[in-house]
Amino acid sequence: MSVLPNQQEQVTLDTFMRGLWEENPVFVMLLGLCPVLAVTNSTMNAIAMGLATLFVLVASSTLVSLLRKMIPKQVRIATYIIIIATFVTIVDYVIQAISLDLYNALGAFIQLIVANCVILGRAEAYASKQKVSASIINAIGMGVGFTIALLCLGTVRELLGAGTILGYQIFSSNFEPWVVMILPPGGFFVLGAWLLLFEYLKQRKEQKLLAAEGATTNGS
Amino acid sequence: MDPNSLTFIFLNAALINNFVLALFLGLCPFLGVSAKKETAWNMGMATMFVMLVSSISAYGINWILVKFEIEFLRLICYIAVIASAVQLVEMTVKKFSPGLFRALGIFLPLITTNCAILGLALFQTFREYDFLQSLAFSTGAGVGFTVALMLMAGLREKLELAKLPTVSQGAAMGLMLAGLLSLAFMGFAGLGSSHA
Repeated sequence: MSVLPNQQEQVTLDTFMRGLWEENPVFVMLLGLCPVLAVTNSTMNAIAMGLATLFVLVASSTLVSLLRKMIPKQVRIATYIIIIATFVTIVDYVIQAISLDLYNALGAFIQLIVANCVILGRAEAYASKQKVSASIINAIGMGVGFTIALLCLGTVRELLGAGTILGYQIFSSNFEPWVVMILPPGGFFVLGAWLLLFEYLKQRKEQKLLAAEGATTNGS
Repeated sequence: MDPNSLTFIFLNAALINNFVLALFLGLCPFLGVSAKKETAWNMGMATMFVMLVSSISAYGINWILVKFEIEFLRLICYIAVIASAVQLVEMTVKKFSPGLFRALGIFLPLITTNCAILGLALFQTFREYDFLQSLAFSTGAGVGFTVALMLMAGLREKLELAKLPTVSQGAAMGLMLAGLLSLAFMGFAGLGSSHA
């Protein structure tokens, strides 16, 4: 395999970790929000959706990376979409075979993984340029980051909206559920709240850094 | 109202089950191009057109797929049709209105990955709408998408003038606004049910 100069990335821990935090597809890049908000009204749905997306992401990244020298530049987007659609069809039938209840709960959103911009974005921006190993690790990182984000929303929404997590009662029966949290507006509010929290943490960190710098310059 | 009447299908897609605010489809352009009312309007129109074209093509394709019993190819066929429809719109807009083409920029090709359009094609197949019902459904969805986009753009233009704490500037505030809009649209839930 010929090596393209100064484009190949060394596989490090960072290749994996970037998707989890620094470039988290949901909280930082705000990509693929439709499934994030639509299926997170319970923790179980969030886990299933996260794993399905993880599988499609890793499989399509691998294939795109393997075929990257064969795909003509002009039709690359169409090719990526067809590759992704193939894997989504597989996932669709597998979930249908494993659990029909889950399939009905997720509805059209399994098939809509095709239109998830996280996956196309990875294929275009990373897998089409990097070696297979780096692509796989990066895709796993992104997929895990995506799943974590789904879980962040799913648990909060299920806990506040129904008082349960994965169906187990957490709050006592005196707890009055906030039904709005399971309904569509709750999705927007919870994601907005998470983004506020992350922005607050980021700004506090920056202020601390500034303060530390100020202290060292004053001291010397 | 009869749930299969054309009026009900139209209203249902446009307001009660608004694609953006109730079904969470097409959020990327909803948050991405809603900064100005003018671009929001153009984006809404372009999306509406692609929705109509892909809805009609999806109807035809599904007929063929069912006839030959190869429904497992549905997803791949739909996405290919949508991609070509978007390409068609892109070329038409570029030829007849270069100004609009520049204004929409990257968001025009990105209509392909707008899940509202794929969602529309899938929903109309799952619900087994006939041809006229599909047309009403796709027009309703297009109108609903444009309404949501315009409302959001209007709100965000006002928000520019508001004093916000530094933490809440940016995407977080946009999502909160969308939440409030979605709450307001839940008020349409009773529409049409009183005559049932």
